[in-house]
Amino acid sequence: MSAFLTVNNLSAALHGYDQRVLRSVSFSIDTGEVLGLVGESGAGKSMIGKAILGILPSAISIIEGEILLDGQDLQKLKPADRRRMIGATAALIPQDPLTALNPSRRIEPQITNRLVDILGWSKADARVRALELLNEVHIDNPERVMGSYPHELSGGMRQRVLIASAFAANPKLVIADEPTTALDVTVQKQILRLIRELQERHSTAMVFVTHDLGVVSKVCQRLSVLYGGKIVENSSVPDFFAGPKHAYSRALLAATPKYTDPDASLLPVDEAVIEAVAAEVLASDKEWRHGG
Amino acid sequence: MKLLRAILLRLATMSVTLIGAAVVVFFVIRVVPGNPIAMMLPPGASEEDIARLTAHYGLDKTIFEQFWIWLTGVFHGDFGTSISLRQPVMPLVLSRLPATLELAIFALVIAVMIGGAMALTGVRHRETRTETAIDVANGVGLSIPDFLWALILIVLFGVLMPVFHISGRISPSLDLPFVTQFYVFESIARLRFDLWWDLLKHMFMPALALAIPLAAIISQLLKQSLKETMHLDYVTLSRTKGYSENHVILSEALPNAVLPTLTLIGVQFTFLIGGTVIIERLFSYEGLGNMAIDAVINRDLPLIQGIVIVFALLFTIINLVVDMTYALLNPRLRHA
Ligand SMILES: Nc1ncnc2c1ncn2[C@@H]1O[C@H](COP(=O)(O)OP(=O)(O)OP(=O)(O)O)[C@@H](O)[C@H]1O
Ligand SMILES: [Mg+2]
Repeated sequence: MSAFLTVNNLSAALHGYDQRVLRSVSFSIDTGEVLGLVGESGAGKSMIGKAILGILPSAISIIEGEILLDGQDLQKLKPADRRRMIGATAALIPQDPLTALNPSRRIEPQITNRLVDILGWSKADARVRALELLNEVHIDNPERVMGSYPHELSGGMRQRVLIASAFAANPKLVIADEPTTALDVTVQKQILRLIRELQERHSTAMVFVTHDLGVVSKVCQRLSVLYGGKIVENSSVPDFFAGPKHAYSRALLAATPKYTDPDASLLPVDEAVIEAVAAEVLASDKEWRHGG
Repeated sequence: MKLLRAILLRLATMSVTLIGAAVVVFFVIRVVPGNPIAMMLPPGASEEDIARLTAHYGLDKTIFEQFWIWLTGVFHGDFGTSISLRQPVMPLVLSRLPATLELAIFALVIAVMIGGAMALTGVRHRETRTETAIDVANGVGLSIPDFLWALILIVLFGVLMPVFHISGRISPSLDLPFVTQFYVFESIARLRFDLWWDLLKHMFMPALALAIPLAAIISQLLKQSLKETMHLDYVTLSRTKGYSENHVILSEALPNAVLPTLTLIGVQFTFLIGGTVIIERLFSYEGLGNMAIDAVINRDLPLIQGIVIVFALLFTIINLVVDMTYALLNPRLRHA
C-alpha cells in the first residue's frame, strides 16, 4: 500500500530571505498510521502542518519540494481546487480550543459548515451527522451544545467540539497540533484517549505534533525529530525508545520525565549537542545551496 | 428583572443628559452678549418699545425666574415662542427635523458603503499596493474637514461638471404632494421617483461632504480590525475547511471585526449630525442646522434652546440604538 501523505524534500522560506524555516523535510504516513512530530519550540512543527493544509503565514511560502495527498501533488493544483481537496480529505485539530471557535456563531454551524458549504450535504443530513459526532466525542447533551455559543462551554468541551468538527467529513488525514497543551492535566488524558479512539475507528492517517515524548509513545507508531526546520531523525516508536540514533534525539529523550520516576532530576539538553545539531543544519544549508 | 433595571438606569441617565444640556445651553446663551430684542426692532425704536417687548418675552426677569418659567413650560410640552419667527418653537423645530434626519441618514449610508467597501478591499488585498492606496485615501479623507469637502465638491460637481444641485432641498418649480416632511421616504412610498431623484440630486453633495471623513474613519478602523481578526485561530481553521478567501473574510472575520467599528460609528454619527449645521448652511439646505444658525444670529433664545434639546435627544437615542445593536450582535452580551 502506498503512503496516504508523502512530503518530499519540502523547503519553505520567509519572503526575501534565503534562510529557510523548513529545510528539505521528507516523511510519509500510511492510512491508519500516526506520525509524531517532536522538537523544541520554534523547530517548525506547526509550520509543517500549515504547509500541508495550505495555511502558511502570508510572509512564508514553499520554495521547493512536493506534498502528495492521496497521490495528488498539491502544488500542481489550482488554488481553488487545492483548497477544496484539502477541505474534503484533511482536517486540523488546533492547539487552543478557546480561540479556535468563532465566538459569534453557535456550535452547530461550526461543525456542519464544511459538510454543507464544501461537500454539498443538506442541512438536515449535516445536523444528524453533527449529533452523531457529538455522541462520538462523549458529549452528554448534544442538542443543547449545538445551540450554544463557544463562551458557554468549558475548554475541554470546546476541544471535543473541535475534534467532532475535524472528524465530521470522515477525513483521511488529521493534523493535530498540540491538541492538549491548552487543557488542564485531567482533561488532557481524556482528550488524548478520544483522539486515539476516533483515529483508530476511522483508520485516519494522522500527524501528531507534540513536545511530549511520553505522549508519542502512547499515540504514535513512528516519529520525526525536528531541529531548526530539519528532520534529524525518522524512526519507528519502538526503535526510538530502544535507542535513538541521533545525539540530539538522545538528549531530547533524556530530558523527558519518566513515568516510573517523575521526580528524577532531568538532564537539560547539553550545549554541545545543541551546537552540533545547529552546525549540522548549517552544513545541510550549504550543501543545499550548492546543489540547488 | 435585570433587564428592567438596565432599562430604568438607561432612562435615568438619558434624562440627566437632557436636563444637563438644557441647563448649560439656557445659561450660556444668556451670558453671551447680544440682545434679541434689539435685533428685531428697527434702528431708532423708542426705549418704551424695547422695554415693552423685553417684558413680553419675559427677558426682564432674573435668569433663574426665566429658567423656571421655561422649564415648567417644557414639562407641559410648551417650548416657548420663537422671537424672530413669532411662532411656537416646537412645531418649527419638528418641521425642520425630518430634512436633517434624511440628510444625516443618507450621509451615514454613503459613509458605511464607501468605508465598508474600502475596508473589505483593503483586507482582501492586504500588504499590496491596493492597501497602500486605500491607506493614502483614508489619510486624505480624514485630514480634510467636512466643510472643506463641501467646497471641493461644489467646485467639482456644481461648477466644473454641474451634475448635482448645489442649493436647496428640492427644485422649487416642482409640485409637492407631500403631507409629511420626510420627503425622501414619502416620495418612495408614493412611488414618485421623479421627486425622489430630484431630492437625491440636492442631497448628494452635502451628504457626501458629511460622509467622506466618516467613511475614512470606518475604512481605517474596520480594515485594522479585520486584519487582526484574520490572524485568529478560528479564521485559520475555517480556511482548512476549504473556504475561499472572500468567504473567510465576509462570514468568519467580518461579523466579529465589525463590533468595535459599530461603537465608533455611533459616536461619529453624532459628530456628523453636528456637522450638518455648517453643511446645511453652505448648501442652503432647509434643515434644522440651517435654522440653528439663523437662531444664533438673531439671538432667538427660545428657538436655540428648542433646537439644542432636540439635538441632545437625538444623540441620546443614537447611543441607545448603538448599544442595543451591539448587544444584539454580540452573543457574549446577549446572554449576560
Ligand atoms: N508568521 C511568521 N512569520 C515569520 N516567521 C515565522 C512566522 N511564524 C513562525 N515563524 C518562524 O518559523 C519557525 C517555526 O515555527 P513553528 O510555529 O512551526 O514552531 P513550532 O515548532 O510549532 O513551535 P511551538 O512548539 O512553539 O509551537 C520559528 O522559528 C518561527 O520563528
Ligand atoms: Mg507550534
